[in-house]
Amino acid sequence: MSETKTYLEIRNLHASTEDTPILKGVDLTIAQGETHALMGPNGSGKSTLANVIMGHPAYEVTDGEILFRGQNLLELEPEERARLGVFLAFQYPVAIPGVSVAKFLKSAHDATHGDNKLKPAEFLKELRENIKYLEVDDSFINRYLNDGFSGGEKKRMEILQMLTLKPRFAVMDETDSGLDIDALQVVAKGVNKLAGADFGLLVITHYERILRYIHPDHLHVLIDGKIVHSGGSDLVKKLEEKGYDWVRQEFGEEVLVG
Amino acid sequence: MSTESTAILDDYKYGFYTDIESDAVPKGLNEDVIAIISAKKGEPEWMLEWRLKAYRWWLKKTPPKWAHLHYPPIDYQDICYYSAPKKKSDNPDEIDADLEATFEKLGVPLHERNRLAGVAVDAVFDSVSVATTHREMLAEKGVIFCSISEAIRDYPELVKKYLGTVVPYTDNYYASLNSAVFTDGSFCYIPKGVRCPVELSTYFRINALDTGQFERTLIVAEESSYVSYLEGCTAPARDRNQLHAAVVELIALDNAQIKYATVQNWYAGDKDGKGGIYNFVTKRGHCRGKKSKISWTQVEAGAAITWKYPSVILEGDGSTGEFYSVAVTTNKMQADTGTKMIHIGNNTKSTIVSKGISAGQSVNSYRGLVQVLPDAFNCRNYSNCDSMLIGPNCSANTFPYIESENSTAVIEHEATTSRVSEDQIFYLKSRGLSEEDAISMVVNGFAREVFKQLPLEFSVEAIRLLEMKLEGSIG
Repeated sequence: MSETKTYLEIRNLHASTEDTPILKGVDLTIAQGETHALMGPNGSGKSTLANVIMGHPAYEVTDGEILFRGQNLLELEPEERARLGVFLAFQYPVAIPGVSVAKFLKSAHDATHGDNKLKPAEFLKELRENIKYLEVDDSFINRYLNDGFSGGEKKRMEILQMLTLKPRFAVMDETDSGLDIDALQVVAKGVNKLAGADFGLLVITHYERILRYIHPDHLHVLIDGKIVHSGGSDLVKKLEEKGYDWVRQEFGEEVLVG
Repeated sequence: MSTESTAILDDYKYGFYTDIESDAVPKGLNEDVIAIISAKKGEPEWMLEWRLKAYRWWLKKTPPKWAHLHYPPIDYQDICYYSAPKKKSDNPDEIDADLEATFEKLGVPLHERNRLAGVAVDAVFDSVSVATTHREMLAEKGVIFCSISEAIRDYPELVKKYLGTVVPYTDNYYASLNSAVFTDGSFCYIPKGVRCPVELSTYFRINALDTGQFERTLIVAEESSYVSYLEGCTAPARDRNQLHAAVVELIALDNAQIKYATVQNWYAGDKDGKGGIYNFVTKRGHCRGKKSKISWTQVEAGAAITWKYPSVILEGDGSTGEFYSVAVTTNKMQADTGTKMIHIGNNTKSTIVSKGISAGQSVNSYRGLVQVLPDAFNCRNYSNCDSMLIGPNCSANTFPYIESENSTAVIEHEATTSRVSEDQIFYLKSRGLSEEDAISMVVNGFAREVFKQLPLEFSVEAIRLLEMKLEGSIG
């Protein structure tokens, strides 16, 4: 095996919101082509980490850095990060009434593929293929973005966006929450389509269930704003066998959850 | 004579002033001033009589106070009621180069060689119409499109028959004032069975300082005719308020259809609310004939204060009234706007779609009346009034009035208020869109239903106008 290159590197990341520290020194390195899973109790800072990687204005980074392919993301606006190929599948995607899925996706694709914009016909062809692949109804593209979508539809929409934009690195923030097995499999299908040497993935989850479909190379446990435990396939396997309760016992989660 | 202070405002690109010699009547309002205006326009005696009746009525009235608007009392003696650019040439068909350049700069070319294809334009500068394009071609179809002043001189019988029949001079304070002192505006007459081959459009420009603009527009669509009309407006950026009190009357006979669209971008004052146009307008359509149809579409993006309720009187059986509105307020702008749909005939239908967008410290109110008279059977109304708030310091109000006196009426009303959230903008930015593109996407989505009512080229212009207005209003 050739030596893997560092793709995303988070060093000593501290972040707070409304003056409350949430992340208290996160270190995380993801190599090119790898999939990492991040687990942890509610309030441990998982979503904060996802939002800070993307650049949500509600969070203030007080220390540390996030390097993506050598570039410090913290100096960039969210749209600049997106144009570098960073993607966040939101836990709670917001609705944009009056804006059709097709129009939105075309704008987003154009914005992130500066030199390689597709002609409308080509774009539509690709979009229809992705829609078919994700087992979504064709009428989807004419609906307004996330407007009146069910929870499952919103999550599929996030994955459809990910397939459309073809990011180099994606964070999935509890995309599996609230999904039935069928929907979960569709999500996994989407991820697996992108998986490859040019794609890095960070899957944030509460449940070990999704790990059966998306096989992470590494697993991290985040508690109280710090990664307290990391491991490779052994840890993943242990978690799959013993379930998430094992993490709770092992790392004393109940003490932290109020 | 340009000693006035022109407020510097780089986000209002129409804020420039044309330094041109003008022929103005001294400030102040009395019967002599009205007689001078009438004489300058070469009006017949009956017109002056009508103006004076309106003036005497107006003197007895007080300004309406019911709107959700706050402004100091207007000193009507401190306004100039007539200002016309002095003509340098004696040839009546020649447009003055300065004026032509002004309209060119506003995106309204008047000259034959580069005027807009498919749109006939009447250009009004302060108190007078300076040019009307495409007239010969329209004349072939029997369509009359000229300034109201010309119409009073050249088609007195038509004007006499229709003027003031939809908005009488006793209608309201500002309509009475307008009837007394109106200077220019457009007159359109579409004969029976004619589909007007081009868009008709009037561009209103206020240029002179302390001058009120009192536009009067009258559109008559005879049986089975069709016309689409568009109105645009701008003014220099100044730190003193100016009054624009217009009256627009539309008359649709049997099976006729009138589409009237406005893109209003008067100077709105600066960030602290200094200066700007007071836009006090009475617009009303009368579906006089069976199965006639009148639709109002308005994009209200300017003016310090807007007081405007384009309405439809649905008298002809089976007639239809529509009102589509986007009203944007920023900084300290105030808008109280909406519509009235008066159902008199049987089987009449009305649709109201109002989208209010408020940003900054502005106040944006929708005020609407849906009235069904006792003898009007099987009437329908659908109203949808949505408000969008941008930032924490603006406000939106909805005042819907429904008065149904016939039990067969079906009236639906929907209203929502939403906020452009940081999360929406972040969501779109995270997909690669810039902040400006993100805001414009959210706002355009919100106002989509109204924009699609506009002719394509104007819809593009209106969207751009909205983007310009809202730039930098989030965050």
